Amino acid sequence: MTAEAIAEAPVRPVEATPGKQPMIGAPVRRREDRRLITGQGRYLDDLELPGAYEAAFVRTPHASARIRSIDTTAAARLPGVIGIWTGADLPELVKPIPPKVSNPLLRDMPRYPLPPERVHFVGEPVAVVVAESRYVAEDAVELIEVDYEVLPAVSSTTAALAPDAPRVHDELDDNVAIHVTQVAGEPEEALRTAPHRLSERFVIARGGGHSMECRGVAARYDVGTGQLTVWPSTQSPHYTRNMLAYFYGMDEDDVRVVVPRDSGGGFGPKAQFHGEDAVIPYVAMLLRHPVKWIEDRSENFVATMMERNQVHHVEVGFDDDGKLIVVKNVFEHDQGAYCAGLQVPMITLSTLPGQYRIPNIHTELIGCYTNMVPTSSVRGAGRPQAVVAMERMMDRIAEHLGLDPAEVRLRNMIRADEFPYKVGLTFRDGSPLTYDSGDFPSLTKAVLARFDYDGERERQALARSAGRLVGIGLGAYVEGCGLGPYEGARLRLTNDGTVLVTLAATPLGQGYETIYAQIASDAMGLDMEHIAVATGDTSRIPFGQGSFASRTTVTAGSATLQAGRELREKIFEVAAVLLGAPAEELCFQGDRVCAGGDPGRSVSLRDIVQVSNIGKHGITMPRGVPAGIEVTSYFSPERASYASGIHAATVEVDPDTGQIKILRYVIGHDCGNVINPLLVDGQVLGGFAHGIGNALYEESFYDDAGQPQSASYLDYSLPSAIEVPKVELVHQFTPSPLNPLGVKGAGEGGTIPVPATIANAVEDALRPFGARITSLPITPAKVFAAMTATNHR
Amino acid sequence: MPESPSGTRTGHETQVVRTTVNGVEREAEVATRLTLADFLRHELRLTGTHVGCEHGVCGACTVHVDGAAVRSCLMLAVQANGRRVDTVEGLAGPDGELAPIQEAFSKHHALQCGFCTSGFLMSVAEALKEGPIETEQAAREVLGGNICRCTGYAGMVDAVLEASQTSYPTAKGEHA
Ligand code: FES
Ligand code: FES
Repeated sequence: MTAEAIAEAPVRPVEATPGKQPMIGAPVRRREDRRLITGQGRYLDDLELPGAYEAAFVRTPHASARIRSIDTTAAARLPGVIGIWTGADLPELVKPIPPKVSNPLLRDMPRYPLPPERVHFVGEPVAVVVAESRYVAEDAVELIEVDYEVLPAVSSTTAALAPDAPRVHDELDDNVAIHVTQVAGEPEEALRTAPHRLSERFVIARGGGHSMECRGVAARYDVGTGQLTVWPSTQSPHYTRNMLAYFYGMDEDDVRVVVPRDSGGGFGPKAQFHGEDAVIPYVAMLLRHPVKWIEDRSENFVATMMERNQVHHVEVGFDDDGKLIVVKNVFEHDQGAYCAGLQVPMITLSTLPGQYRIPNIHTELIGCYTNMVPTSSVRGAGRPQAVVAMERMMDRIAEHLGLDPAEVRLRNMIRADEFPYKVGLTFRDGSPLTYDSGDFPSLTKAVLARFDYDGERERQALARSAGRLVGIGLGAYVEGCGLGPYEGARLRLTNDGTVLVTLAATPLGQGYETIYAQIASDAMGLDMEHIAVATGDTSRIPFGQGSFASRTTVTAGSATLQAGRELREKIFEVAAVLLGAPAEELCFQGDRVCAGGDPGRSVSLRDIVQVSNIGKHGITMPRGVPAGIEVTSYFSPERASYASGIHAATVEVDPDTGQIKILRYVIGHDCGNVINPLLVDGQVLGGFAHGIGNALYEESFYDDAGQPQSASYLDYSLPSAIEVPKVELVHQFTPSPLNPLGVKGAGEGGTIPVPATIANAVEDALRPFGARITSLPITPAKVFAAMTATNHR
Repeated sequence: MPESPSGTRTGHETQVVRTTVNGVEREAEVATRLTLADFLRHELRLTGTHVGCEHGVCGACTVHVDGAAVRSCLMLAVQANGRRVDTVEGLAGPDGELAPIQEAFSKHHALQCGFCTSGFLMSVAEALKEGPIETEQAAREVLGGNICRCTGYAGMVDAVLEASQTSYPTAKGEHA
C-alpha cells in the first residue's frame, strides 16, 4: 500500500497562455480577507438603511395549537410601535410556500408565512411587530396575548408512526408525508438466500446549520419606480426573488434581491425560503418605509430549518468472503411540521450504496410529519445518515466474519475501470444513478498508508493489552454534487478596463471573489488583477439558482470558463481592428492587448472599451468592431458528478467517564480538479468540524410535547478548537468528465463520513465489551449505557 | 423624557456614556439597557464587532475593555462609561499595517465567512499581550473560548503560533 497513485498536484485542465503563471490550481490568498480581518466586512445587519424600522415576531410556544384569538391592543399603544399584523390581517400572504423539491407521491400540507389559524411547531411565527427599534418591537411582542387551543403533538418519527399517534395535520389520516421505495435486482430473494445476514437500527439526531450569522431580511419599497429592493441573508437570491414575485403578484424585474457582499455562513438553511422572508418585504411595502428583521440566536434555535433526524433499519446479506449480495434499508425521515423540500431524504435514498458494488438493493423512505421545525438541507444533506447505515454495517460484516474491516471494504469497492458506473437506482431527477469517475481503492490504500493502518492496529493491540479502550474506524462515502439545472456567469469589460465577472450564486465564505477571478484569468489569459467579481444581485444577472449542494464550482465555474474564453475572443476582435493585426497574433500584456509580442503595437483595455462599449454619440463604429463587449454563459451539467473519500480515525474511550478522545484522524478526499487548494482544504477541514459536532456533540432535542430543550449554546454544543482534533489530509484528483474544468464539489465531503467513522471507531474501542453504538451523537452517557448493557452479544 | 432622534431610546431611561473607543473620545446619550455590542455597532457604526448568539458563548462580539477581552453582548454600554474600549477596527496600525495576528489569519486561511473572525482576533490579541503561545495545545485553549462554524480551526492554530513567533521572536514555538 503506497501513496504513489496520488497525484502531487491537481491535473490542470485549461491551457494557460504561454509565459503566464497559471492561476487554476494555485493556492492564491483570498481577496476577501483584508476587509474581513480589519472589521470592514459588510454583512446584512451592517447595512446602512437610515431610519429603518425593525421587526420582531410573535412565535407560538406550543408545538400544535389552534389560534383562538390574538389581542394586540396593549402592544399597539406602546410608544415607538409602528404596526402589528397577525396572519389574519394579511390574507394576501396566506399562500403556501411550495416545497423546494417535490415528488408526485408527496402529500403536501400548506406552509404559510404567517399561519392565520393553526400552528404546527414551537417557534412558528403568528404575528409581526414593526417598531422604531428592535428593543421596542420585542417589548411589544411581550404585550401581545395569544389565546391558543393546545393540541397533542408528536416529536419523533417513532411517535409519528405509532398506530394511535396524534395527527400533525388534521387533513391527513396519518403522519406519513411520503413513502418511496427504490429497488435494484431482487433484494428480497437475495436476503432469503444470502449465506449471512445482519441487521441493525441506527438513530441519527436532529442538528442544525448554525451559521454564526443568523438569518435576516431587510426591504425598501420605492414608490417612484415601483421597485422593491430586498436584502436577505440567502444562499439563493434568484430563488428568493422568484418566491417574492409569486407571493406579491409582482413582475420579477420589480423585485430586486441583493445579498450583502459578506454573508456569515450558510450551510443549507439559508438556501431555504422561510416565512419571515415573505412577511418583512410585504410590511415594508405596506408602510412605504424600510423595515429590517435580524434573527437572533434564540429564534434561530426554534425557527430556522434543521436536518439529520432519521431512523434507519438496515439489513445486509453477504457471502463467506464478506462480499455484499444485498442491502435493504428502510428509513424514517423527520420532515418536521411541513415539507420544505424532499431533497434531503431523496439524497439519503440514493446515497446508501456508496462506494460498493451491490447487486441487490432495497432503499425505502418513510417521510414523516412531526411537530418540530421543518427540516431541509444542512451541510451533508442526507448523506451522513446514509453513510452511517452502510458503513456501520461494513464493520459489522467484518466483525461477523473475523475479517479486517479495511479488507472487507476493498473487496467490495467499485474498481477504477468500472466508471461510468451505474448503481441500479435512479437519481432524484429520475435519471439512472451513475457515478462519473473516481478511484475508490487507490484512495483507500493511500489513506491506509498515511494512517499507517497496520501499525495503528498493532498499537491498538498493545493499548488494549494495557487495558486501554482504543478503537479504529473507517468511513467511505460518495457525494453527488455539481447539481443542475444550471448556473451562469456574465463577463463584461467595464469602462475602466476591468473585466467584471458577475455571478448569480452568492458566496458564504468560500472565497468567490478569488476563485472566479482565478478561473477567468486562465480562461482569458489575463492577469487576475484586471478581473473583479460581483455576486448576489438579481439586477446584475437575470437567472440563477444559488450556492448549495456543492454545486457552484462545477456550474458557475464552467460558465465562467466558457464566458471568459468568448470574452477574450471579442476583445481580440476589437483589438485586431484597432491594431491592424490578425487576432491569432494577439495576447494580453498587463492591461494591454499586444500584437506579435511587440509592446509598441498594443492597445489598452480602456481604449478598447472606449471604442466598443462607450462609443461616441452619433458617430459610426469603426468597421469590424462589435458593439458591447459582454458575454453571458450558462452551464448545465448533464448529471451530477461524484466526489468521494474515505476517513480513518483512532479514538480512545475513557472507561470511567465515557469521554471520547480522537487520537488520530486522516481524511482522504477526491473532488476532481482543484481551483484553489488552500480554499478546498479549508472547505474539507470546516466540514470535518461540522461532522465532529454531529458525531459527538450536537443534538436539537425536543421533549415529548414538542418543546425544544436545546435552545441555547449552553444546551447545544458546537465544537470549539479544543474538540476539533488535528487532521491529516490525503488528496486524490480524479477529474470529472462532465464539465470542462474537471471539478467536483468540495463543500460537504468533510462532513459526510465523520459520524460513521467515529461511531465505527468507538464501537471498535468497546469491542472487548461487545457494546453496540447505534445512536448519534455519541455522548458519554450513551457510551456508558452501551458499556453496561447486559444484553450484548 | 426629551424627544430623541434615536429609536433605541424610545420609552426608556437614558444615560450619558463617555468612552475612549480605539483611541477616540466618544460621548453619547444611550438607553441604559443598550448593550455595548449594539452601541458600538449601531450608534458608533463600528460594525466590525459581530453578534452571533447574544448569550455570551460564541465570542463573535469580543472587544477589549481597559485591555481585557470581554463579550460586548453581555455588557451594557453604560458600563463602559469612563473606560477604554478597543475593537477590531483598531487592531491594525494607523497606517493600515496589519497586526501580526491579522496577517497570520489571512496567510493560514484561518477565516472563511469572516463573521467569527473579529472576535477570534480580539481574543487572541489579548492572549498574545500576556506572553507567547508556544504549543498547539496552548493555541487551542486560547481559541477555545470562541466558535467558528466554517474553518475547523486548523488554520487558526497555525496562525496563532506564527503570530506568537512574530511577536516574541526569541520564544520557543512549535511553528516551523
Ligand atoms: S454574541 Fe456575544 S458571545 Fe456570542
Ligand atoms: S469563518 Fe465563518 S464562522 Fe468562522
